[in-house]
Amino acid sequence: MKEIFILAEHRRGEIRDITFEMLTKGKELAEKTNMELAVVLLGKDVKEHAKTLSQHAKKVLLIEDEKLENFNSESYQKVLSHLIKERKPLLTLIGHTSFGMDLAPSLAASLNIPLATDCIDLEIEDSALMVTRQMYGGKVNVKARLRQAESYLVTVRQATFPAEKASMNGEIIEIPSPLSEEAANKRFIEYVLPPPGGVDITAAEVLVGIGRGIKDESNLPLVEDLAKALGGVLACSRPIVDKGWLPNDRQVGTSGKTVKPKLYIALGISGAFQHVLGMKNSDLIIAVNKDPNAPIFSVADYGIVEDLFKIVPSLKDKIYELKAGKA
Amino acid sequence: MDILVCVKHVPETAEADIKIDSTGKTIEKAGLVFDINEWDDYAVEEAVRIKEKLGGTVTVITVGSEDANSTLRKCLARGADKAIRLSDPKFEGSDSYAIAKILHKAIKDLPFDLIFTGAQAGDDGYAMVGPILAQLLGIPHATMVKKIELKNGVARVNRELEGGLEEIVEVKLPAVLTIQTGINEPRYVSIMGIRKAMKKEIKVLGMTELGLSENEVGEAGSWIKIEKLYVPPVEKQAEFLDGTPEEIAAKIAEILKARGLV
Repeated sequence: MKEIFILAEHRRGEIRDITFEMLTKGKELAEKTNMELAVVLLGKDVKEHAKTLSQHAKKVLLIEDEKLENFNSESYQKVLSHLIKERKPLLTLIGHTSFGMDLAPSLAASLNIPLATDCIDLEIEDSALMVTRQMYGGKVNVKARLRQAESYLVTVRQATFPAEKASMNGEIIEIPSPLSEEAANKRFIEYVLPPPGGVDITAAEVLVGIGRGIKDESNLPLVEDLAKALGGVLACSRPIVDKGWLPNDRQVGTSGKTVKPKLYIALGISGAFQHVLGMKNSDLIIAVNKDPNAPIFSVADYGIVEDLFKIVPSLKDKIYELKAGKA
Repeated sequence: MDILVCVKHVPETAEADIKIDSTGKTIEKAGLVFDINEWDDYAVEEAVRIKEKLGGTVTVITVGSEDANSTLRKCLARGADKAIRLSDPKFEGSDSYAIAKILHKAIKDLPFDLIFTGAQAGDDGYAMVGPILAQLLGIPHATMVKKIELKNGVARVNRELEGGLEEIVEVKLPAVLTIQTGINEPRYVSIMGIRKAMKKEIKVLGMTELGLSENEVGEAGSWIKIEKLYVPPVEKQAEFLDGTPEEIAAKIAEILKARGLV
């Protein structure tokens, strides 16, 4: 029986969510196509992870090796290409994460098997593979077909599918590591944790999030005043940190923090999924953006299609009026 | 240190209104402003900074039509020494894999210590070209790089992981590094600088000069074939508030008041 592989992603002792999200989709595909779902787990001393994962798939292919202790695309590529050549799965799913982005493209090129990255959906028709992905910062969806092949590789966007719940009692199959030596050209040195201190935006009840639409650093006091009026703090999307206008502890999104305030006001944020993933669970989301098609409006409760510089001063005044009225 | 930087000329779409064209396979390009891919801008700046510190050369390479010259000129103005444009009508329809193959042919005989690409492109966002190129060249790579230290034939780099975490890895040179935004602050390029760069030559190479065959490029040489573009279905749509700014502000204030947020 043909297999569908899910590459388990784990870091610093924890299986990452994307693994369980891919399992949801993998299970659905396996059932539809009558294939067998197998989780591929690489690491050192990861039997506990193997046990956990065996509750989610029929098979866990476990390869343990001290050379696989930390993620290293060179070693991972060697092991996976060995495994893919040997077992010829129709499909291998890898997370579109810092880990998968470092691994999947060169793995696909080395085996010359078609790869589509950052997919939000996929389906198997006969033995052809169709994927759905996004372009232009989420403003357009694309349906694409992969070149017909015996084996495909897909990286899956984070938080696209719900996490799979444990429902199986799968088998753990230990496979000897094909690695004979340490990676020759790439070496993992260490993790660097974000520096402590600064403002903890995850603890704030009100966040005013700013994006590209803020245009210039000189406009920061204006939005800071609004945040102050609301008793909240400023947060931001990636471009603001890249420009050095706010420190990176204020960044909301996949490479920053996940927040869940009572109120999130998004100003000039288009709503790329990287940002949205970090704030979509806020209790109330109000978004101001000039572009009526900005993806932020599909997560916001209230939307305002207008220049933020027209709205912010009026809003700040209204808030102070209300507060004065109360006092 | 000789550094090659692969760049892409892309439409700026963050604040633009995007329309799907009549073929349904691409967007309407008319009216959009094209510029260097944001990630590539940081990559070029990083390369120029390394050159300024250690000496050597910076060469920028793109796959694209004549329109892409403006992006190459910008790179030259920023401090790149040479520019190469790989162009052929047959390249049309190439995906990241085919683009990497085209770049590989152009690069394999050039002297280099490092190759930079942007971590991804703002238009299609595949994040594939850099690591595939590394594989074709048989050299190591590191993606999403936020800091680079070079010493003794090794690049020690910080890679951006999730949730504010980074990792440090070392790769042997020559290597491909894909550059993440925020690694530096790209310098301002003056109109004068761009004018000066107008005089510099842009070398153009086509399919035959690169020794590529038709089935290696375009749709035939690609892994991915786009079938159709469509506007993402809206699962949830915000309730839109309208009126004058004052009226809108009053409506927001009411909502906040009703929720006890003010």
